[in-house]
Amino acid sequence: MQYKDTSDLEISLLLEAIYRKHGYDFRQYSQAHIRRRIMNRMAISGFADVSQMQSKVLNDEEFASELLQDLSITVTEMFRDPTFYQSLREKVIPILKTYPFIKIWHAGCATGEEAYSMAILLQEEGLYDRTTIYATDFNQLALNRAKEGIFSNKMIKEYTVNYQLSGGKESFSSYYTSSYDNVIMNQSLKKNIVWANHNLVTDSVFAEVNLILCRNVLIYFDKNLQNSVQTLFYNSLINGGVLCLGSKESLRYSDLYSEYQEMDNKQRIFKKKY
Amino acid sequence: MRYEAIVIGVSSGGMNVLKIISAALPTDFKIPIIVVQHVGAHSDSQWIQLLNEKSNLHVKEADEKEKIENGKIYFAPPNYHLLIEKDKTFSLTIDERVNFARPAIDVLFESAAEAYRNKLIGIVLTGSNNDGTKGIKRIKECGGLTIIQDPKTAESPYMPMSVLTAIEPDHILSIENIIAFLIKLK
Ligand SMILES: C[S@@+](CC[C@H](N)C(=O)[O-])C[C@H]1O[C@@H](n2cnc3c(N)ncnc32)[C@H](O)[C@@H]1O
Repeated sequence: MQYKDTSDLEISLLLEAIYRKHGYDFRQYSQAHIRRRIMNRMAISGFADVSQMQSKVLNDEEFASELLQDLSITVTEMFRDPTFYQSLREKVIPILKTYPFIKIWHAGCATGEEAYSMAILLQEEGLYDRTTIYATDFNQLALNRAKEGIFSNKMIKEYTVNYQLSGGKESFSSYYTSSYDNVIMNQSLKKNIVWANHNLVTDSVFAEVNLILCRNVLIYFDKNLQNSVQTLFYNSLINGGVLCLGSKESLRYSDLYSEYQEMDNKQRIFKKKY
Repeated sequence: MRYEAIVIGVSSGGMNVLKIISAALPTDFKIPIIVVQHVGAHSDSQWIQLLNEKSNLHVKEADEKEKIENGKIYFAPPNYHLLIEKDKTFSLTIDERVNFARPAIDVLFESAAEAYRNKLIGIVLTGSNNDGTKGIKRIKECGGLTIIQDPKTAESPYMPMSVLTAIEPDHILSIENIIAFLIKLK
């Protein structure tokens, strides 16, 4: 392959270096996104060009993990897109109720807000005690924070509004205790969440689950990678299992589109056909 | 045709100018237009439907991975950054806000500059912040054409004025003249 633009070639070599040295594979991520993150890091760290970053990434562990953080976008919220959670309550919970045991996979859970939202919702629906939530990400720092379940006070007002709009049945403040500038999520929410490091690009199926949420992760991947991760999800879902994507993510271009039935087109909820 | 795409950044005061521009362009206006308008995170798509009804062109929200086509006006969806890939498709991200904004004009403009190089037109319209300044500078560096709304005619002059601190745009025009200029391109 010939590169018209030298910096494209340099970025491609940098991604190759990250993969070969550290095992993280960003080669099939959205290029415009990766370029933006790398150029930002280059400006902050004062490198003259991307090639300089390459030797740094190979020889400096600390810099490498900094760059990994740059390439993992952990922006998230509790009850992000309240109308999605409404639909989850109305359309998916009744299906889950039919199972004696429930397994749920949050793929790309970032700092855990989504998994805690799910735990709250399941508690209110009386399902949490028979559920295991696998919350996975390839960003260990984010997972560590998720496990702690401590979030900044500043966000709570917004989360409370989200929670209420999503059809929450209790007072949101009953799910945490305040401590200085933070809130600590209740222990009872954590008990059935298994936090695990899992890379969607390089790791494989680890469980058969009833429900997968993978929201705002696939937008960062190119079409090929989206397709192969969709295969991973397909193979991880039981027949009749449910897949939830982010509100701007679509299955329509996926090879597996015809293997699912649309449950809520707007909220991107799909059911694996029997 | 020299230009392959037009990117527009607009903030406060944007409703009016976008209505005027999208209604004024003729059916045979081919160059795709991609817009970042600062809107609230939870705003719905009715606004875009409204513009579409009043336009000769197809006005729609940009979908991720969608191929950019002639004769269309695309809007960044609320709460997502919109980027353009070199293969002329869209990417969306939920990265941190840039200039307190998501979608941010700079994010669209910088990626568009890389994708279209000197075949791009960048336009900064009314607004009361400085988003778009870095982006339009990048467009200029890549050889694209740069236009700002004449601050004297803008509902909020700050955003186009901010551009003037970074570059000398190729054209400083009223909305009417921007439209006339674009129509002459085809
Ligand atoms: C923007 S967050 C989405 C968080 C949450 N699902 C939401 O929608 O609010 C994207 C997450 O995907 C993770 N991610 C990106 N690539 C991944 C990969 N290859 N394997 C596992 N997680 C990945 C990132 O580390 C980040 O935490």
